[in-house]
Amino acid sequence: MTYIEMPKLSDTMTEGTVVKWRKAVGDSISVGDVLAEIETDKAVMELEAFDEGMLTEIYVNGGGKARIGEKLALLAGVGESAPERKDASIPAETRRATDVEEHVQAEVQTTLARLAPSAVRTVAGPNTRVKASPLAKKIAAASGVDLSQVRGSGPGGRVVAKDLDSLPKEAVHLTATAPAAIIPLALPDGAKRIPLSGMRKIIAERLLASKTQIPHFYLNIEVNAGELLRLRTQFNESLEKAGAGKLTINDFILKAVVAAAAKVPRVNASFAGDAIIEYTDVHLSVAVAIDEGLVTPVIRQAQKKSLREISDAVKDLAMRARNKKLKPEEYQGGTLTVSNLGSYGIESFSAVINPPQAIILAIGAIVKKPVVNARDEIVPAHRMAIGLSADHRVVDGAIGAEYLAELRRLIENPALMLI
Amino acid sequence: MPKITYRKALNDALAEELARDNDVFIIGEEVAQYNGAYKVTEGLWARFGDKRVLDTPITEAAFVGLGVGASMLGLRPVIELMFWSFAYVAYDQIVNNAGCIRYMSGGLIHCPIVIRGPANGGTNVGATHSHTPESILANNPGVKVVCPATAYDAKGLMKTAIRDNDPVFVMENTLLYGESWEVPEEEYLIPLGVADVKREGADVSLVAHGRAVITSLKAAEILAGEHGINAEVLDLRSIRPLDEDAILKSVRKTHRAVLVDENKPFCAVSAQIATMIQEKAFDDLDAPVMRVCALDAPAIYSPPLEKLQLPTVERIVEKVLSIR
Repeated sequence: MTYIEMPKLSDTMTEGTVVKWRKAVGDSISVGDVLAEIETDKAVMELEAFDEGMLTEIYVNGGGKARIGEKLALLAGVGESAPERKDASIPAETRRATDVEEHVQAEVQTTLARLAPSAVRTVAGPNTRVKASPLAKKIAAASGVDLSQVRGSGPGGRVVAKDLDSLPKEAVHLTATAPAAIIPLALPDGAKRIPLSGMRKIIAERLLASKTQIPHFYLNIEVNAGELLRLRTQFNESLEKAGAGKLTINDFILKAVVAAAAKVPRVNASFAGDAIIEYTDVHLSVAVAIDEGLVTPVIRQAQKKSLREISDAVKDLAMRARNKKLKPEEYQGGTLTVSNLGSYGIESFSAVINPPQAIILAIGAIVKKPVVNARDEIVPAHRMAIGLSADHRVVDGAIGAEYLAELRRLIENPALMLI
Repeated sequence: MPKITYRKALNDALAEELARDNDVFIIGEEVAQYNGAYKVTEGLWARFGDKRVLDTPITEAAFVGLGVGASMLGLRPVIELMFWSFAYVAYDQIVNNAGCIRYMSGGLIHCPIVIRGPANGGTNVGATHSHTPESILANNPGVKVVCPATAYDAKGLMKTAIRDNDPVFVMENTLLYGESWEVPEEEYLIPLGVADVKREGADVSLVAHGRAVITSLKAAEILAGEHGINAEVLDLRSIRPLDEDAILKSVRKTHRAVLVDENKPFCAVSAQIATMIQEKAFDDLDAPVMRVCALDAPAIYSPPLEKLQLPTVERIVEKVLSIR
């Protein structure tokens, strides 16, 4: 008798949604069979069987959510029968109550009265169990650390005492100056309550952590994109003749961002409590908007990639991101991020840093507008705004300016990128 | 300080106590004319004579019972069991009579008996000669159990055991009899119920008794040399009374405990210690308490397998690494 439990499929995952079951009750299961599709905060992944037997019970139906470790189904060995259906089925049923209206709530309350306290908590809110050693819990309680914000280095991801030692102090003391909670309006008539998807929840947590813990500062430049447009047109004409895929403006920008980061390595870094970690490789995160949110798939060792390789990589990652087919390792471990809202007509903006990175670039649309040239004449030109958001603990204004100057040099002289 | 063997340290302790107190006598199979099956009583019959050192037939229930009776009347018998494995035929005398008499007489009758002999596996003498009954006997209120790991501890604990007014069971180890340690020439006693830090450390506590202490010390060297882990080795010395304070002090320092125990794991001494640690030092633990015990099977007769059955240096290192 083996319980199939919700696995941890990404480093930030706390719960998952069973998109659909590929096996039904009564099916016989072999090791390696795909049992179900699980949606994490980042992607839809296949849940494989690690044991053989017969699928005798499904506790969380398609569309249902479960926290990591919660029972999803029961696999019985040969000759075994399912136990009385009781505890295991409770969380799944009560969880459905989170996203329905009040009359259902009342019904749930009655049900809850008969349930164990742990099941009640499931309904009360996202109460993710954090695995932490007793000592780590004691230290956390004494120093006001929110353990759910700490990454555990112990066996099985357990938070142990040394994980708390290495935390930057400002990340730790959340309670001392915790602001008053922002309370939403009572649900007015006709308003819709949309429960958070796994991805929304992660976006909320990570960006709140970024804005509250990282001291952002912002630098803005406007570059001449005329030469970039000219070179791209020239490339694409010959590529089209050769039947090869076209290059986008964004491909050139990504190439320039990476080349500039290789030149000014301090921006390709992280704040690590008592040190700054400067990375050798530039793992470029690219923000991709998808239904319900965004993901930032990573182009690995982008500094070693040609313009064409970057173009192919970003095309592939973006497509699979939209289809939710990214593997966790494909959206983890980036060292800096580019967000390009040019295609949405945004002229300039400031982005929120993607922690634990030190900078994010906000790329605007190329806009034709009048500029004063070197001879004091007003002439039309293609201009593009670039915003840099940086973690001031890692990058100072002068370093940020140096980086943007290099980026400007490459974009305004795009042939240099090809060297 | 001269180095002497564990066997000689025990022999010196017995000789000193025989000489010091006329009420002390030694009785057991082959302890007199043959000088002891493992030569622990060598020379004592020749020196102290028939009235102080007595051979018996193979009748554990009878001569342990004789000792219990003699101790109730004020003598201080030291009973040798050729193997502690043979204690089971005298279990009624050991547990019912020796263990309960002080309580059942309302404190009027004491039983200052010492029962001693080897209690270890690892010598290819088969399952019925390889028991480690310290956990079984320490389970009984009214008795005391000590397991010396070195010659120094063997001598000091044996002398204290003989002077103690309650039944004390000294569990020795045939694999240690020939090993040598520094032992002072002047007289000393080691109190029962006081553990000893055999190696100071900061990262993990290895808690052990008997020969497992020696294995733990070797593992600690490897952990320090190859893995940068500084292990503390705490030698319990006495199983009952148990030095809980010393265990808790060490765990509160290192926040991790691996218990090393030549007992079988089920209801072993280490099981008792694990329970005690989590009851009294839960908030100090940074990892679950782990154990390295004998493998849970009757003592294996095949010598290569028997070596693996007892806690090995490799198993200790591996267990520590699993919770680093």
